[in-house]
Amino acid sequence: MEPPVSDTSSPHPKSILERTPLYALHVAKAARVVPFAGYEMPVQYAPGVLKEHLHTRTAAGLFDVSHMGQLTVRARSGRLSDAALALERLIPVDVLGLKSGRQRYGLFTNQNGGILDDLMIAHRGDHFLLVVNAACKMADEAHLRTQLSDTCIIERLDRALIALQGPKAEAALARLAPACTGMMFMDVVTLDILGSECFLTRSGYTGEDGFEISVVPDSASRIAARLLEDETVEPIGLGARDSLRLEAGLCLYGSDLDETTTPVEAGLTWAMQAARRHRGEREGGFPGHTIILDQIAHGTSRCRVGLLAEGRAPIRAGTKLFTSEDASEHAGAVTSGGFGPTVDRPIAMGYLPPSAAAPGTVVFAEVRGKRLPMIATPLPFVPSRFKRGQRR
Amino acid sequence: MKFTDEHEWLTRDGDVATVGITEHAATQLGDLVFVEPPKVGTALKKGDAAAVVESVKAASDVFAPVDGEVVEINDDVVKNPALVNSDPLGKGWLYRIKLANPSDFDGLLDEDAYKKLIG
Repeated sequence: MEPPVSDTSSPHPKSILERTPLYALHVAKAARVVPFAGYEMPVQYAPGVLKEHLHTRTAAGLFDVSHMGQLTVRARSGRLSDAALALERLIPVDVLGLKSGRQRYGLFTNQNGGILDDLMIAHRGDHFLLVVNAACKMADEAHLRTQLSDTCIIERLDRALIALQGPKAEAALARLAPACTGMMFMDVVTLDILGSECFLTRSGYTGEDGFEISVVPDSASRIAARLLEDETVEPIGLGARDSLRLEAGLCLYGSDLDETTTPVEAGLTWAMQAARRHRGEREGGFPGHTIILDQIAHGTSRCRVGLLAEGRAPIRAGTKLFTSEDASEHAGAVTSGGFGPTVDRPIAMGYLPPSAAAPGTVVFAEVRGKRLPMIATPLPFVPSRFKRGQRR
Repeated sequence: MKFTDEHEWLTRDGDVATVGITEHAATQLGDLVFVEPPKVGTALKKGDAAAVVESVKAASDVFAPVDGEVVEINDDVVKNPALVNSDPLGKGWLYRIKLANPSDFDGLLDEDAYKKLIG
């Protein structure tokens, strides 16, 4: 047998790998640790990816996402609206309209309309907190400093980030932070957990209800350990994090999104509120706005699509997609793919021409010389269970 | 039971050998979700890609450990790939091969040699 080829890895040599504040906890929990985005991260624990995935969907999973970047943006003027307008120069979403105590998904775009990174933007009263991808965080920080330093103060926070996800996440967290039960999806609060000031958001990247807890490094292990004392909470590695987000139809930067993919092609137009679109109050004004607004109006030549395999063979990232069994030219490719433990079938996301992307269309993935049928399927594969609805 | 440095095991019954992957390999791969054994009747040369096993993480080829012809495959692991994880040396066998040269079997690694290999 050959060694697994698509195991999570990074180009960083082992010698300069960093460790998160939860590293000792991962080792104590017998995690299999791999290099990922410059960090030594747990890819799985003893139960393995399948069980970890299913546990998160039925109970609660605790994820170390401390490798992600946390950056604050403040206005030099002291008026947060100035910081919002500055961020809107880089991000095609309505930052100005984001209310205090709320969070929103966003993207950094480039001059060609491509995506430099995707991120979360939290309005924390007197500043914005951005949570960005680990592999992009240095570039993102440099981008913000270069573009916004005239009007904004950019600061990198040295804080751990713990995600608690799943239908039992609320009950588990409420034992330490009872106020969390009043939060709705994408709410942002500051509260005390075990004596440490935490920035808490009701969000995550699994499709489940859950929370992300930002805390100073010294307190992270204690909070994680206390959460893991709850019998419903198990530690979950990057392997299951990936299958959970794929089932939830969420994009992985570097796979489903990159500098050559626009938000419109990626099906992320929903993230661009009306204020930033054609005839909006602050139309355009972000990198690549001409291309992106034109694509919203007139369409694109390819779009992101969910694909459900008819057979049992997993269809991995990079697999070519054909519109028929005998087509000579491929029409697109898979950007994320694997086995979906909850749907119990191989699932994938990829890019195809709109004519081949309508739900129900059959396309063919070429695997080991065979053309395997897949059905274009609406995303997400597993319905999201965010806590939305009326505020009390 | 014999082993290869590609993490396969073989048992022999006359001139037919049963082939599977070792517990070490199954653990390293993680949860298997797909197994594609060779077709019955396939003539294999040592080193040919004979079967494919895929875990949640990756696809791996299982190479033919000896020359021979595939005479039987394990349909149970096709239907339930998790058998390879739960019982890699038993119910998780992949296929049976009729040895072209029965003496090839004796040239494979014994258990001690394989254990040294995987440390």
